[in-house]
Amino acid sequence: MNYKAEPAAIAIFVAFVAAVLVISYMFSRRAKTASGYYVAGGKIHWAVNGIAFAGDYLSAASFLGIAGMIAVAGYDGFLYSIGYLAGWMVALFVVAEPLKRLGKYTFADAIDAKFKSRGVILAAGISTLVVSLFYLIPQMVGAGTLITPLLGLPFEAGVVLVGCVVILIVATAGMTSTTWVQFIKGGLLVIFSIVVVVLVLTRGISVPPDQYHNFATLKVANIETLTLEDPSYQVIKEFQVGDASKGSTFVKLSKDNIETIWKLDKANNVLEETQIITQPASGPALYNGAPKEEGKFYFVGHLSEIDGQTSVQTGSLDPFTFIEKVKDGTVVRWGKQVLTDETSKITVYYQIPTSGSDVLIPGLKFKVDPLRGATPGDRVNFVSLMIALFLGTASLPHILIRYYTVPSPAFARKSTIVAVIAIGLFYILTLYLGLGSMTSGNLDITNENMSAPLLARSFGLGLFAVISAVAFATILGTVSGLIVAASGAVANDLMNKFLRMNLSEHAMVVAGRITAIVVGVIAMGLGILFKSMNVSFLVGWAFAIAASANLPAIIMTIFWKKTTGKGVAASIVVGLASSIILILLSQDTFNSVYNLTNVTAPVPISQPAIISVPLSFITLVVVSLRTQKSKMPNTEIAVARQ
Amino acid sequence: MEHGPAAEWKKENSEGFKSRLGIIMFAAFTPIYLAFILITVINPRLMAINVGSLNLAIVYGFAIIIIAIILALIYNRICSKREKQDEDTEKVEGKIE
Repeated sequence: MNYKAEPAAIAIFVAFVAAVLVISYMFSRRAKTASGYYVAGGKIHWAVNGIAFAGDYLSAASFLGIAGMIAVAGYDGFLYSIGYLAGWMVALFVVAEPLKRLGKYTFADAIDAKFKSRGVILAAGISTLVVSLFYLIPQMVGAGTLITPLLGLPFEAGVVLVGCVVILIVATAGMTSTTWVQFIKGGLLVIFSIVVVVLVLTRGISVPPDQYHNFATLKVANIETLTLEDPSYQVIKEFQVGDASKGSTFVKLSKDNIETIWKLDKANNVLEETQIITQPASGPALYNGAPKEEGKFYFVGHLSEIDGQTSVQTGSLDPFTFIEKVKDGTVVRWGKQVLTDETSKITVYYQIPTSGSDVLIPGLKFKVDPLRGATPGDRVNFVSLMIALFLGTASLPHILIRYYTVPSPAFARKSTIVAVIAIGLFYILTLYLGLGSMTSGNLDITNENMSAPLLARSFGLGLFAVISAVAFATILGTVSGLIVAASGAVANDLMNKFLRMNLSEHAMVVAGRITAIVVGVIAMGLGILFKSMNVSFLVGWAFAIAASANLPAIIMTIFWKKTTGKGVAASIVVGLASSIILILLSQDTFNSVYNLTNVTAPVPISQPAIISVPLSFITLVVVSLRTQKSKMPNTEIAVARQ
Repeated sequence: MEHGPAAEWKKENSEGFKSRLGIIMFAAFTPIYLAFILITVINPRLMAINVGSLNLAIVYGFAIIIIAIILALIYNRICSKREKQDEDTEKVEGKIE
């Protein structure tokens, strides 16, 4: 899909970045002390902190990833919204206040407060670094993916641009400027999502959408010989994918010397038009037979009928009727098939009409229904993912440090509640953003992450520019939070406490700034290295790793009196190692990271949380019980002295 | 520089109460979420059942989000009330001027 950079988008984005940098500069005086740098002096108002929580948490995966996933796979994208929000209940009810009471700068502090053990500090510091880096990769990849369509710059430019801006924000004013960036971004994100959703509902649904390419069908006169009723088309070649009875048949036709690919619908004896990207052995790819710039590749996303009617204009809809219309309609989704034709690779996108009632239940992306071929492994994966989302939120280091930016446990609680309301509202909106994109003819099937910005573009370039700038701000906010978390782990946990370097206030700030630069540069490198990785994939892993490594340590430190330092350190190490090993050996990783498509991976499931979280809990309990300090003698002495 | 203790063990009277309340709220919410996962994985067709003009999947999904927000507000209200009570008692007892 070809995008032109909008000058307005560039102007708004530049203005936003400039404003953020000015704020950072203004606050840089406050970041002279360690507490000023790492936790904004602990003086952030709880309401501001709450919105900043939302700005910290709602990453590119939430805004772009979920809306995009709903746009192509329906309800399954919304499952992420539900899981991400449910995770805040763990954070609010179980973790928020006790963690605030125990810690000072980092969550390792909080755990260490009870044990005063270097092993615990080392394990927690490393886990913070690893989780932050894992979470940074998808953010950087997201930045690179967005920059091309939004500002017309190459992928690497996006990664470097975001990296440099974030390093400037964090290195100048640490958590203070990070907080304000997140506050502004969180506020803008919720407000403009509301604006877009109101516009979507006001516009209603049109079948077919306005200015939509009418995808043609050709009647087949004789299916055996593949003769068409329209003699102006000439059959060139047939492609059979899978076996003859269940597989799909694609047909290459030629008319006026233009070659097209069509999908055979055997039940109705018709050929359906597809969209193709042809990659010749050398030279640039052709989009529907023409160079990308010519714009021959169409935006998609439509309902083919509502209640059996093929021409409908609903007009303005309320939020419930909007969903009802989708449910009563047929959504045309798009499948993808790669064909090889002589020397060129042809990627075919073909229509999959799906009943609206199937779009609005789980199962199009995640296989859960055995009747539709879900294996036990598929279903375990699904449960495991939902567990990781539930338990991961309260274990993410960049979320946990926000508890230390407010003055008291009560304010930590209040700001979490503001966060839950803002984030809950946003996640409800994601369903409308996704379904809006799915039905209004603005979907780019080659880049689902662009769904929300493209939906905004259908309401005018001004809104597109604003949403694009918000999308970038989204990445800036989350990345700066992650880098603050990582620099806290290095300077406070590892250097100050583990290595016992006894850094002065000033030295801790300097160490934090240097770490911010180093981590920022590493993140840029990883972002470019993992360019082709699926963003939502990596975010799911970061949640699983965080839940496995940190959650048992946090929960048991707070609630189980027999927990020992060795138990905590062991559980962090086991959780971290087991989740990463399970991921590295999973089939998904074999297929999409190592590109080993025909190799069976040793681990049958791709979501590790269901194994690694219990393993980490068990480790903590077993090691703690074996390393109990005998308290009996002391008690006896105490009794004897009385 | 002064390091000071990493943790300030300033004991709040309401600490234990709030912690217990948190667990109760958590215990109230978790089964709702778990049941959602279990229905999806055991019988996803159930999610297609009509609930009013919508279906179970949509209504349940929205309900989880809205219940979460309501529980959060209730929790905060009870905690704040208790904190205020404790403060008032301490004032009466002259612990705080």
